[in-house]
Amino acid sequence: MPETITMEVWRYRPEHESEPTWDAYDVPLRKEWAVLDGLNHIKDQLDGTLSYRWSCRMGICGSCGMTVNGEPKLSCSTFLTDYAPGPVRVEPMRNFPVIRDLVVEMGDFMAKLPAVKPWLVSDDEPDEDTEYLQTPVEMDDYKRYSMCINCMLCYSACPVYALDPDFIGPAAIALAQRYNLDSRDAGAEDRRDVLASAEGVWACTFVGECSVVCPKDVDPAGAIQRYKLTAASKAVKDLLLPRGAR
Amino acid sequence: MTTKRSPEPFVWLLFSSGGMVTALLVPVLLFLFGVAFPLGLLPAPDHAYLASVVSHPITLLVLFGLCVLALFHWAHRFRYTLYDGLQLKKYSVPITIFCYGGAVVGSIIAAIVLLRAL
Amino acid sequence: MSTGNAVGGEPPLYRPPVSLTWWLRNPSYLLFVLRELSCVFIAWFVVYLLMLVYAVSSGRAAYQEFLDLSANPLVVILNVIALAFVVLHAVTWFGLAPKAMVLRLGALRVPPTVILAAHYGAWLVVSAIVAWVILR
Ligand code: SF4
Ligand code: FES
Repeated sequence: MPETITMEVWRYRPEHESEPTWDAYDVPLRKEWAVLDGLNHIKDQLDGTLSYRWSCRMGICGSCGMTVNGEPKLSCSTFLTDYAPGPVRVEPMRNFPVIRDLVVEMGDFMAKLPAVKPWLVSDDEPDEDTEYLQTPVEMDDYKRYSMCINCMLCYSACPVYALDPDFIGPAAIALAQRYNLDSRDAGAEDRRDVLASAEGVWACTFVGECSVVCPKDVDPAGAIQRYKLTAASKAVKDLLLPRGAR
Repeated sequence: MTTKRSPEPFVWLLFSSGGMVTALLVPVLLFLFGVAFPLGLLPAPDHAYLASVVSHPITLLVLFGLCVLALFHWAHRFRYTLYDGLQLKKYSVPITIFCYGGAVVGSIIAAIVLLRAL
Repeated sequence: MSTGNAVGGEPPLYRPPVSLTWWLRNPSYLLFVLRELSCVFIAWFVVYLLMLVYAVSSGRAAYQEFLDLSANPLVVILNVIALAFVVLHAVTWFGLAPKAMVLRLGALRVPPTVILAAHYGAWLVVSAIVAWVILR
């Protein structure tokens, strides 16, 4: 195994340049080093001006999403040795405006998230001592969708989001389904206006890449397809049944 | 955002049923009539037999359903291909008219051709 | 709240352009676009099918003309390409079906592989029936 690997890092420093550039750094190639460790080595030893986000280093916080050799990845869970002999190209996540270097602006997602009410909605004020019991089977319905860490890799993989930034997007719809499919929730009708809109599930053409890149196996593409079926059968019922019978 | 009356779910249902019906029926039909008979891999059915099959009401009903659903499947997918692949979403009104309008016209033509065979 | 635009002296954001050939960047995007293009060949199939029905119902001579036309090398090439796209459509369609469908038998969720196998089984049965009706 060679001793080092070259990392080509995408740089954008708005006070210096209006167009992005590339900087190359040689970093030690160690078996246990992830791309994020390489970046930390650069920042500590070679070039303190490099900016990027990270926190947990164990695939839980969702803050270290980047584009590694063209693919959306969590940089803390992507190992340098998998790219030997290199070079490894590190770019910011695609489909987001870039603030600096590898740091992207996620305000768009933050603004969309509350629109799908990602919390348990209940019809009546729950009694303080009530426990909401749920069977394992009921929990299975939504558990997968609850694993999302908001890393945004699915948005950076989605060509529909790239072309139509109004699209609510994979993670937000998967989160809405996480609550829609929860036996304790009564908010499905509230979420429907947003989910069943042209910017909601109907914008999705089932490219499927969101589910491929998701590090938590959330399967947002499946969540969207399932909701299309739900929304379509609701629409047919609305059309056929008188109001009272729905 | 009042979107509950949007026609999107209905065109999607047509698209989906069309996708299912074409996936089940079109490969075998296209293989037989487009490849196997023309290349002589299999003998083409004679006219008298095929005419009796084609004029049967059940055949005509199946073919009519297949044509209509296949055309709406095309309309929906083609519309989104133009939006995404060629980034033409700004022309969504003429594209929508062209696609679904084409499917309606095609369905009428299919009805005429099939009724003639009855 | 800022959802992207620089406000109050913040440095400008860099917005990467979306290229017209985004679907060439990644093999799965290319496959997606090919899958979507299959619809064009499905539309062609409808035209071809109606031509066949029209010819058959017009009599023996018209049917023979149709058979001659269908043996024209250009038409054969078109149909071979169309068949490839239609098969791509069928395979991808059945492949995605288990994602959209969640079936339950009592408390048990029907595993996706079973749903997939059922679709392929249906494909086989339908194809066999159609071939039997035509070739009998
Ligand atoms: S759905 Fe997956 S890829 Fe998308 S934000 Fe959640 S964890 Fe990340
Ligand atoms: S640093 Fe937390 S997910 Fe990578």
